[in-house]
This record gives sequence, structure tokens and C-alpha cells, in this order.
Amino acid sequence: MPAATIDRDLERRLTELKERQGDTVALGQVGLVVSALLDSLRGDLTAADLRVYQELEGLVSYIHAARAEIAQLRPQDIQTEFIPSATDELDAIVDATESATNSILDAVEMVESLAAKAPEELAQQLTDCTTRIYEACNFQDITGQRITKVVKALKHIEDKIEALVTALSGEAAIAKAAAKAPRAEKAVDITNEADLLNGPQLPDKASNQAEIDALFSNSD
Amino acid sequence: MAVDINMRVLIVDDYKTMLRIVRNLLKQLGFMNVDEATDGSMALQLLRNGTYGLVISDWNMEPMTGLQLLKEVRADPKLKATPFIMVTAESKSENVIAAKQAGVSNYIVKPFNAETLKGKMVSVLGEF
Repeated sequence: MPAATIDRDLERRLTELKERQGDTVALGQVGLVVSALLDSLRGDLTAADLRVYQELEGLVSYIHAARAEIAQLRPQDIQTEFIPSATDELDAIVDATESATNSILDAVEMVESLAAKAPEELAQQLTDCTTRIYEACNFQDITGQRITKVVKALKHIEDKIEALVTALSGEAAIAKAAAKAPRAEKAVDITNEADLLNGPQLPDKASNQAEIDALFSNSD
Repeated sequence: MAVDINMRVLIVDDYKTMLRIVRNLLKQLGFMNVDEATDGSMALQLLRNGTYGLVISDWNMEPMTGLQLLKEVRADPKLKATPFIMVTAESKSENVIAAKQAGVSNYIVKPFNAETLKGKMVSVLGEF
């Protein structure tokens, strides 16, 4: 089969595959197309045909090796074991910090009630201390929200791995993968509240109260 | 006119520990009549059934967010004049602008301290 015919045939088959399954095609199916094309090579081969043949053969080997390597990574384990385990651990952190914060608050409230019975100067000192403890206990809310963001990120990774596992098992993951194609950064629409719910920013990216105040007074 | 520290204050947050912290800080400032809600819809119900001099609300809650609560309050003829302070970890400029457009009285970013809380309350209510 001349090289030009191989090119056309390969292109036709890949186009058919793309029309059926979109941009995401299981590796195994690409390998099948290439293998079928190799089988169809008959008769005298020119030097160009041979070069194409060798390149296609290399491509098949590469795809097989890639499949084997990905399978060895045991992506199902990530999906069924590691991510759920990580999520459970993070939930446990939230529970533990909440429980610890409540214990701290119990103690602080007791100190406050004792302060009410103390001489005025001591009572004021104790109240100042309890105020600082209340302020410090803000951490529980912030860490809880940060952990929620991490859990959402893990869920996103889990979805991607599920698509990978499906592709590797030879089933069509097209619709799912297409729906989850990489998203371009989009501008924030302040009339769409979903765009505004981002949780705490990292300290180097977050606005401090002075910046919020400036923004607040200048946004008329 | 002096601020009536006996007014009812409604604090709204889905983190129980935050409700407890804000309640205690308000108590230290002299505000003893404090009610709590864990989301916007519960807060709205309380607001419609009572008289509140101030709402201090988180933003990120389910099913009704603090912003939705604010909009409901501002759209209700009986509630629309209620001072409303947003206390949230959402610190992006878009958030501040959206809250201000919805009619928020002031905006505090978490984590915050007692001085900031008092300062914003004074700016909204007047000296107490």
C-alpha cells in the first residue's frame, strides 16, 4: 500500500473514531486502528512505506507500554482507597479542631464568670485575656473552610481518575471527559454568586481589613 | 441618639464555634440579647418574627447564603432598614462590591479581632 494511501486511510479511520467519540479516545482504540492499518499493508513496500510502517509499529509499542505503565500505577487504588482515606482524615481534622475549640471556649467562659467575681483591675486583665483567646479561636472557622476547599479539590481529582480508569478499561468515557474538559480562567461575574463563593484566600493573596475598608469606602 | 445596648442582635454563621465566639465578644461589649441562626433562611424567619437592631452574618452558608439573606432583608419593607454587617472569609474585591451593591452596612474579613468588630458596630450604630 503506497504511503499516500496509508495516510488517507489512517486519517479516515482516525476521523471516524473522533466523530464517534469526540476528542477523548481510549488509548486501546487508537492502538487497534493502527494495528489494523499495519495488517492491511500488503505487497511490495517502498522505502517510504517501510518508514511509515516502522513509525506506526513504534506508535503501537508506545501505546501498549503507556497503558501498561498507567495500569501499574493502579489508579483504581487512588480512587477507592487513597482519596476517600484522605477525605476522612481531613474530616477528622475538622471534627478534632471543633472539639478542641469548644473545650477552649468552655474554659474561657468559666474564666469570664470567675472574672466577674474578681477585683476590678484583675477582672479587666482577665477579660482582656479572654478577648484575645476568643479572637484566636477564629482559626477553627478559617481552617474548616480551607479544608473544605481541599476536599473539593480531591473530589475533582477523583473524577479525573474515574475518567482515566474508564478509558483504560476500554469503555467510552467520552461524554464524561468532554463535560470535564479543562476550563479557561473566566472573569468573575459579581451578579453570579457562585463566582463569589471562594472561601478563605491564602494569606499572601487575601485582602486585610484595611484594604477591605478602603475598597468599601471607594466602591460607591 | 445613644445606642440601646439592650437591642436584640442576630448572629448568623454555619460554624457553631463562630456563633459562640461572636456571642461572647458581643457580651463583652455589653450586648446580652443575642440570637443565633445557622443559615440565611433560619435567620430570615427569626427576623420576620422579631425585632432586631443589628444582623451580623457570615456569607458562605447553605442553603441560604449571607448575600441572599441581605437581599431578602433589603427587599422586605419591614426589615430593610436593619443594620447588616457581613463577617466573612471572602476577601476578594468583587465580594465587597457585590455586598455593598446589595446594601450591606459594613464588611469584616475573617479572621477578625474584637476591636474591628466594635469599630464596625460603632460605624453602623453609633457610639455605645
